[in-house]
Amino acid sequence: MELRAPESISFAQTSFCPGCGHGIVSRLIGEVMEEMGLTEKLLTVVDVACSSLHIDTWKFDTVIAAHGRPIATATGVKKIRRENPVLAYLGDGAAYSIGIAETMHAALRNDNVVTIIINNGVFGMTGGQMAPTSLAGQKTTTSPKGRDVSKTGQPFDVVKVMGSLDIPYLARGSVSNLGDIRRTKKYIKKAFEKHMNNEGFCLVEILSPCPTNLGMAPVACSERIDGVVKELFNTGEYIDKEGTK
Amino acid sequence: MATAIKNTAKAKTNPEKCKGCYYCIKACPKDAISIMDIVNKKGYSPTQVDEEKCIGCGACYTVCPDTVYTIE
Amino acid sequence: MEYVLMKGNEALAEAAIRAGCRFYSGYPITPQTEILEYLSWRMDEVGGEFVQTESELGGINMMLGASAAGARVIGSSSGPGFSLFQEGISYLVAADLPAVLVDVMRYGNGLGDIGQSQGDYWQLTRGGGHGDYRTIVLAPNSVQENVDLTHLAFDLAEKYRHPVIIGSDAAIGQMMEKVALPEMEEHDIDKFHWSMKGCKKGEEQKKITNLLYYMDNYDEFLANKYKEMEDNEQRWESMEVEDAEVVLVSYGISSRVCKEAVKVARSQGIKLGLIRPISLWPYPIKAFEELSDSCKALMTVEMNILGQMVDDVILATGNKYPVYKYTTVKDVPETEVIIEKANKILSGGEV
Repeated sequence: MELRAPESISFAQTSFCPGCGHGIVSRLIGEVMEEMGLTEKLLTVVDVACSSLHIDTWKFDTVIAAHGRPIATATGVKKIRRENPVLAYLGDGAAYSIGIAETMHAALRNDNVVTIIINNGVFGMTGGQMAPTSLAGQKTTTSPKGRDVSKTGQPFDVVKVMGSLDIPYLARGSVSNLGDIRRTKKYIKKAFEKHMNNEGFCLVEILSPCPTNLGMAPVACSERIDGVVKELFNTGEYIDKEGTK
Repeated sequence: MATAIKNTAKAKTNPEKCKGCYYCIKACPKDAISIMDIVNKKGYSPTQVDEEKCIGCGACYTVCPDTVYTIE
Repeated sequence: MEYVLMKGNEALAEAAIRAGCRFYSGYPITPQTEILEYLSWRMDEVGGEFVQTESELGGINMMLGASAAGARVIGSSSGPGFSLFQEGISYLVAADLPAVLVDVMRYGNGLGDIGQSQGDYWQLTRGGGHGDYRTIVLAPNSVQENVDLTHLAFDLAEKYRHPVIIGSDAAIGQMMEKVALPEMEEHDIDKFHWSMKGCKKGEEQKKITNLLYYMDNYDEFLANKYKEMEDNEQRWESMEVEDAEVVLVSYGISSRVCKEAVKVARSQGIKLGLIRPISLWPYPIKAFEELSDSCKALMTVEMNILGQMVDDVILATGNKYPVYKYTTVKDVPETEVIIEKANKILSGGEV
């Protein structure tokens, strides 16, 4: 067996923090594009937060959209570049907090874009504030005593909120361990296959460690996902409709 | 006569890319990866692979966020 | 020349189509909704894309994507909705992307009201969003100019890779007039070297983001861009300025009343003139070079309470003349009042 990360994502050194899951997802995207022969066609739209760092570490044409708006911007790109695969890539703060309207309405319109949402449970770029996905009791810089769900409401679960929508694909993966990484790659690939088949809005949420903002060693941070986070946010495929075309 | 196909591929590292998360050490089924006693330009102690133990399974490549590994 | 009778908003929308625009994303708000409605079926006819978005925020950011992909794009809104555009306008400027945006101005702060107004002058000419920028602003005063300036706006947006704003108003948007439409023009989405197409091996990757991150001389670049616009894009119409003792300064719907006022005043022996800025930014400073020694004062005629254009007239004239204002709120300015005020200015009375 020979394994070599695709040139499209390995040419530079990433500026992500040690143990950050973004780098793994980036490589999975690069591998899927290579396998599907789409490397030279992919157009990406990333958020201004940590996702934006991809612009210098992958070699796809990329827009950095306003915070929370990458999916809307990606829809705009796709409407014009109909033959190209178009990816919106953003974090949970962008997708579920400031950009929840853009996320929901892209799904309601069944906009034909692949959306990858990195769920690390905090606002990463701004230094670890509480996100919609922070767990009950989770200490963050804006919930120093732990997230009080009596005041903030329960953590946002994309499967509960979007699981009954009329979209072709919804899956939640994780990059916290070997098996999940391999499954997550399959989810990403399936999303792109459906996308290239013009089926509509395909969403893959990915649980990802943020050791820096959780104040944990990378391995412990990944183990927390496997042990604690997944109790609330189960991984798997939740919508997987047959192709309509 | 059947010949056993031997997998001779091994994990190779690029120590300059390593940021010392050590996901690979946890993922390696053969305990073939260890931490080097040096510090790279980024300030991290990179990993090294014991080729005797390595079976070229690609687990390290798969879990690495920084494309440190190739299997060849 | 063949003329058709059209509503201002619809003529503007048709002009966009004929300029090769094939993307619109926006949200309903009076008094610009006819642009949205017209394009909802017209885009279909010409194979373009129309998206009614969840909000103006969704609209402007979707437009940004279409622009990044190489399309000619247009968005329209009014008052409160145009405020929501500001996030995206700032991002368009940052990433050097062309777009045409229409503010069919309505009256007031907050929700305000749906009647005609010129209350967004400051927002349109000072940048509007966060950051350090201006945009070219074109102010039509007829249905025909809605068409002509929309076409021009697309060309300028591409020339400068910058958003260009049409500062229209409820009266211009809602009125019907005869109009000559231009021929249909095709736009090639592949004609720009900078747009998103997919990164081929060996090619340089397109990074559509704030130029500041990658450009060493960004400050010089941005300053030069605005200087070039100021040098080349001042537009105005002058009327009887040469010997005028009082020069009116007015744009959009108000300027139509001013034209009438100049004619009536002249017939009464009052030397009134008019400078009508067509570009609100860059402000047509060159127009004021035509003022003669007989000029005693200037007066802006505009539909807002604070006289938002007065500052620009003072700057354009180097504070050489007194500058008065005649402002109205919900009603269009009146010819008689303009002449009455001009008379008071000339007789040294209180205006």
